[in-house]
Amino acid sequence: MKIAVASGKGGTGKTLIATSLALSLEKAVLVDCDVEEPNAHLLVCPQWQLTRHVELPFPKVDLNKCSFCGECQRVCRFGAIAVLADQVLTFPELCHSCGACSLVCPSRAISEEKRKIGEIRFGIKNGLELIEGRLQVGEPMATPIIRELKRCSAKRDSIIIFDAPPGTSCPVIHTLRASDYALLVTEPTPFGLNDLVLAVGVTRELAIPAGLIINKAGIGDKKVYTYAQEQNLPILLEIPEERKIAEAYSRGKSLAEAFPEYKKIFLDLFEKINLQVKENVCKAVVSSER
Amino acid sequence: MSVKQLSVVSGKGGTGKTSLVACFATLGSNMVIADCDVDAANLHLIAEPLILKKQDFYGGAKAEIDQERCQRTGVCQQVCRFDAVVFDASAQPVKYWIDPIACDGCGSCAEFCASRAIKMVQPKAGEWYISETRFGPMVHARLGIGEENSGKLVSQVRKTALELAEKRDRKMVLIDGPPGIGCPVIASITGVDYTIVVTEPTPSGIHDLERISELCRHFSIPAGVVINKFDLNPGISGEIKKIVGISNSDFLGEIPYEPDFTRAMVQGKSLLEFNSSPSSKIIKQIWENLKSLLK
Repeated sequence: MKIAVASGKGGTGKTLIATSLALSLEKAVLVDCDVEEPNAHLLVCPQWQLTRHVELPFPKVDLNKCSFCGECQRVCRFGAIAVLADQVLTFPELCHSCGACSLVCPSRAISEEKRKIGEIRFGIKNGLELIEGRLQVGEPMATPIIRELKRCSAKRDSIIIFDAPPGTSCPVIHTLRASDYALLVTEPTPFGLNDLVLAVGVTRELAIPAGLIINKAGIGDKKVYTYAQEQNLPILLEIPEERKIAEAYSRGKSLAEAFPEYKKIFLDLFEKINLQVKENVCKAVVSSER
Repeated sequence: MSVKQLSVVSGKGGTGKTSLVACFATLGSNMVIADCDVDAANLHLIAEPLILKKQDFYGGAKAEIDQERCQRTGVCQQVCRFDAVVFDASAQPVKYWIDPIACDGCGSCAEFCASRAIKMVQPKAGEWYISETRFGPMVHARLGIGEENSGKLVSQVRKTALELAEKRDRKMVLIDGPPGIGCPVIASITGVDYTIVVTEPTPSGIHDLERISELCRHFSIPAGVVINKFDLNPGISGEIKKIVGISNSDFLGEIPYEPDFTRAMVQGKSLLEFNSSPSSKIIKQIWENLKSLLK
């Protein structure tokens, strides 16, 4: 079972929900896919076991073999290689590591070197495994690290929870892809609703069933409830806007840890999700048999 | 005098960037606003722009296989490093197809296809707009769901905003940036005169502040810090001030936990348009600090 926790808008409580759910389940894998700003570890406080570098290949040109024909520059769609009269410049930050330049080079002058763009850390807290991706500051591309995270977690047999980055662009898509369920965390405000509509668009595009958690319930307005009803999106849980929750979070405590009564609430939440995923599988089987 | 560019970012999402930008837009009289959070834009909900000009945005290319020309050699699948070429053995006849989400647009498959069956297409990936608001001109955008190249769209928005400022003799471009530290954030801060980092006193806030501050140093961009909701955890707020003190950034001010931000948002107003709470005075002071720093 793979559950992705997403939101569109930042700061609605994705990480709070993802960590609270994971810690309540006791045996689960939590994958922090917000590789630009990974925060789950701050609430989980795991013991780190292992760190692996994420490296990407980029071209290295042997000028003794190079004929300066310019084929590599022609084939590169990212402007990452430029051929001058007696020199070849490479721009590793622009390189997408597709390898086209080395394949196209008639003089076989291009080999590849690897450079680090981030890392993946593996940690343990009781029965919970945390896998965290971390983009190196100054590197622009988050997606290769998310791809690697998906590869690392694919072999795990237990419940996997993905903590998604904010937004709706490619890092979010790569996180949500192939999940069984999208848990969308929103707040009942105009900004929250605007971005929720976009996040729902993502789940529809990927054909993933989705349900809502309304965090900070009580602030803002009621429009998100109307929207949920219109769109037939189940509201699985409401968490009230309470200063004590915000303060617990500011001390690095998840809901499950700060308020023991939330543990059962999150276990119930998981059961609701589990039921919906099963229903969805049944529906899919029925429609394919027709 | 050249146009000053001011960018508001945060690292962590939801710290109050857009609410603060709306306040600055209320205070500043001679600016162009640029909403650079192109995949989850919110500033339009307060600024209520009247769109004057709309343009299509074309992002990265995607490969497409012409099934009639395809000889099914599988070379495309061999050269693709993104697992974007899928072999469908159950189709009649068997076929290769491109998974558009996985496709990175590198064009290797098209380059090495002997039967020239693959072409690279550049679909529309979003829109950008030039608008008029009660705060002045605004440039904003909408990236299509799941699209790549948000950095490229951010650059487009910034370029248009800067041109507009020069044309209309405006003194400043005020940029509402996206969360994170990746491509669209880099595109939102490179070459600006000053960056404002909005943070909050939580472990996540301080962790993300350190990363975005490092990014600003990496690109040698001067930065100042605003703590929002500082009274939620005065201990961490104090720690943040210490960090700001020993790094090279400025401390611009701290705003208390203010429920009126949300009430103002519900009415489509900035906090300063909504009421004159003590928080409004603090924000006015931050704005004054900024103006003197930018001189």
